[in-house]
Amino acid sequence: MSIVDHPLPRQSDIVIYRKPRWTEGFIHVLLFICGSISILSTISLVIVLGHDALLFFLLPDVTLVDFLTGTTWLPSIGKYGVIPLVTATLITTFFAISVALPLGLSAAIFLSEYASQRTRGLLKPILEILAGIPSVVYGFFALTFITPLLRTLLGNDNVQIYNMLSAGLVMGIMILPLVCSMSEDALFAVPHSLRDAAYSLGSTKVEMIFQIVLPAALSGIIASVILAISRAIGETMIVALAAGSGSSFTFNPLNAAETMTGYIARISGGDIAYDTPEYNAIFAIGFLLFTTSFVLNLIGRRVTSRFREVYE
Amino acid sequence: MGYIQPTYQSNSGIKQRQILARYWSKIFLGSILIAILALMVMLINVINDSYGYAAIEYEYDPSIYTPKPIEDLNKVELMKLLSENLSTYRWRTIQQDVSIDQLEVDEIRELVVEELLKPTVVASYSLIPSLFNRTEIHQEINFYHPEARIDFYSWLDFQFLIKSMSVVPENSGVRTAILGSLWIILVAGIFAIPVGIGAAIYLEEYAPSGKFKKIIQSNIDNLAGVPSIIYGILGLAIFVRVLKPLTSGTIFGLELSTGRTIISAGMTIGLLLLPVIIINTQEALRTVPMSLRQASYGVGATRWQTLWYHVLPAALPGILTGAILAISRGIGETSPLILVGASSFINKDPTNIFSNFTTLPLQIYYWTQRPQDQFRNTAAAAILVLLIMLLSLNAVAIILRNHYSRQSRP
Amino acid sequence: MSQPQNNHKAAISTRSLAIYYGDFRAVKDVDLNIVPRRITAIIGPSGCGKSTVLRAFNRMNDFIPTCHSEGEILYHGHNIYDSDVDPVSVRQHIGMVFQKPNPFPKSIYENIAWGAKINGYKDSLDELVEDSLTQAALWDEVKDNLTQSGLSLSGGQQQRLCIARALAVKPDIILMDEPCSALDPIATLKIEELMRSLSKKYTIIIVTHNMQQAARVSDFTAFFTMDEDRAGRMVEYGETSQIFTRPRKKQTEDYITGRYG
Ligand SMILES: Nc1ncnc2c1ncn2[C@@H]1O[C@H](COP(=O)(O)OP(=O)(O)O)[C@@H](O)[C@H]1O
Ligand SMILES: [Mg+2]
Repeated sequence: MSIVDHPLPRQSDIVIYRKPRWTEGFIHVLLFICGSISILSTISLVIVLGHDALLFFLLPDVTLVDFLTGTTWLPSIGKYGVIPLVTATLITTFFAISVALPLGLSAAIFLSEYASQRTRGLLKPILEILAGIPSVVYGFFALTFITPLLRTLLGNDNVQIYNMLSAGLVMGIMILPLVCSMSEDALFAVPHSLRDAAYSLGSTKVEMIFQIVLPAALSGIIASVILAISRAIGETMIVALAAGSGSSFTFNPLNAAETMTGYIARISGGDIAYDTPEYNAIFAIGFLLFTTSFVLNLIGRRVTSRFREVYE
Repeated sequence: MGYIQPTYQSNSGIKQRQILARYWSKIFLGSILIAILALMVMLINVINDSYGYAAIEYEYDPSIYTPKPIEDLNKVELMKLLSENLSTYRWRTIQQDVSIDQLEVDEIRELVVEELLKPTVVASYSLIPSLFNRTEIHQEINFYHPEARIDFYSWLDFQFLIKSMSVVPENSGVRTAILGSLWIILVAGIFAIPVGIGAAIYLEEYAPSGKFKKIIQSNIDNLAGVPSIIYGILGLAIFVRVLKPLTSGTIFGLELSTGRTIISAGMTIGLLLLPVIIINTQEALRTVPMSLRQASYGVGATRWQTLWYHVLPAALPGILTGAILAISRGIGETSPLILVGASSFINKDPTNIFSNFTTLPLQIYYWTQRPQDQFRNTAAAAILVLLIMLLSLNAVAIILRNHYSRQSRP
Repeated sequence: MSQPQNNHKAAISTRSLAIYYGDFRAVKDVDLNIVPRRITAIIGPSGCGKSTVLRAFNRMNDFIPTCHSEGEILYHGHNIYDSDVDPVSVRQHIGMVFQKPNPFPKSIYENIAWGAKINGYKDSLDELVEDSLTQAALWDEVKDNLTQSGLSLSGGQQQRLCIARALAVKPDIILMDEPCSALDPIATLKIEELMRSLSKKYTIIIVTHNMQQAARVSDFTAFFTMDEDRAGRMVEYGETSQIFTRPRKKQTEDYITGRYG
């Protein structure tokens, strides 16, 4: 049997040894640098916040204990208790979640369990528009529409012009699309066979949703709420415009009070001198804000990846 | 609910459960309708404040300048009025700004009204009352401001777009703010889009899967969740303070001695957009099928050739859409720029990356804070401008996506 | 282990090849000499590592991060897994056709010309395109529509386009991983005829789980199977007629007669 019908390549034609590919290497390095910039950005965030927050705590009349437990925040007279800012943040966040969770989750249920493909295609973009509106516009809305409305409904004497309720409610509308789309993803991930199983046992659609689908999607929904809380805590423009300026230690949502972000925005909006207590306080509060949102995001993503693992 | 009792289940039990089901389904639908309603109320609220009756008083009476009514004057007479009554300095600036000889009569008349009579808005009304309570508004104005002229005022008009900021609301415009927004987003985009796409390519196509990749990835996911005001703090500390010689342009021989410039703001917004662009690009790259990469490697292409000729073109619509959405997010960002921006009143147009700036959202923020009612009208008008800008960007994104997805189909 | 013995150099030969996905050993102990200018079929039950071995031959396994191999794969005496070997150059010599047709979303012309262009081909691209398409028995069907998208062709045509694309790089060896599994019988027949005609000029290695196909087209057949530890290994390798009519191993006989477990 003759094996060779066609000449084999000569040994010298076979060049498979590594040759310098300068462009490839150059591009690889370039892309690596791009990838590292994000790390750089985190490192500089931590250094900046850490360094200047440290300067703040090294001030003679600031102690960490006072900072974390004091109930008066008046840097100009040397009172550095962050509690009033934190409570105001928590109160606005509470109202935001009280709006965003029920409405967002219900909307998600509607979109995933009830809406036809066409209705979904119609409604989703509207929610996307809502999500794409800049927060300063929400702030304008809170101050010029919701606050007057609240004052009409509850009485001008009860509701201050700047109040936490108005800011919180509007913030809820702002983060509603976030809760909705993340919850919808979670609901969508529940296998269809579970729904069929519930139906075949004679359950109604709502029983199926509440007793089968929602529990199965619970971790995803929880993740959406955690991320929503993180968004609400970090939101600035709405509270800066509508919640009030000047910290006050109050639990009445109809009163004005300044949140952590509100303080940062107000102080830095004026011309403050560098390296004053007020200026360094921005970094201490920023550090608190950063770590809080970092931890919340971390938990949120852990929970999300958990529900992905279960169903994929 | 929940217990199924096959034999003794009465019909009414089923009926109740079904009524409950219907009731809940209405609640679900209602929630989404509330969201839509909120959106509509927001838009109406903004439009409502952008148009409506305004009572305008003239600081100076026309009769002190001319016996004839201004409406009857011709071009020459109007010009004469201006040159005689304006300060020489002011007259010269106007002549430098606009080529006066080419203006229409009506335009010159407007100029005369602006410059000599100095109209001020003494009261303004929203659109809805203006439409439905006309007579009461007229009575009210006649009572409180008997001198005032009543005009249906459009706060968002061409003048608003081409005027810059002013201490009086009715003379305020958003030109400087729009230019500032555009400059800043240009800088942010030039930095964040290439770097973001590069980082995404590195992560998806180059980085060996392992600890290092995991760290970068989770780092990016975390950065995307950092509140935007934190980026403002970063920008203030790094770009405004530490890098001041660079960002103020002093090492390039510029006089300006503040780091609160376009370049600082652009880099701050760029850092904020970076994780957004990376994540969007990664998603776009993941949609490119593995088989396309294999086809390319199979004919002896290098990694970069495969990426450049096949993967990136296939992912381009997704990458572009993601970038445009990030850009529109960047345009709307306010809080970081409160920290990076100058608090003083900016009415000079930015001319280079070392100029001071104001932006559209910042302008909205400042105006909303002002006590005068009329600034609320200008804020609303500025919001309309901002929303129109953002909506058209999103429309471009959608058109791009549709265009490309049609093209790549057989 | 029986090997087709001949006095010619093997196109590819493996020495104690073992391939791992992470800790999992997918293939072990493969010693195989591929005869040049002939068609060699690799058959065996699914999951026995046929594709894994085939992808190792032109280092496509490099793109699976967990994948690594032990032993040697010699191509004209060079171990292609040596650290100083450039995998891109290996693929220029050893082309590949994939299970599902995967033309580039570009014109038919560009599909063929691209590989040659990036590899620095200097002569007339038009001639190369015509020549490659003719060799792939596709020229008459597409010569008037060269600017049309490669994706607009039928499945069988797409697969022939992919073969033409591989030919345009002027490879020495062509690897085919179940090239007909996504095609209908008529398109399959066309590809098989095409393979026979190409075998005069190229060394072809085809993975198939279709025994009839192996019997129809190949000159040599390697039969793989899995052990208890799920690691694939080569059971028998010889001339196709011998493997299908007088298998030496019981496992081979069981498999080709359909008695495989
Ligand atoms: N990318 C991969 N990662 C991990 N294991 C893989 C991968 N590809 C294949 N395997 C495993 O390797 C073994 C052989 O697979 P394969 O070569 O595809 O077999 P065949 O082509 O013979 O059906 C199988 O057990 C399969 O699960
Ligand atoms: Mg296979």
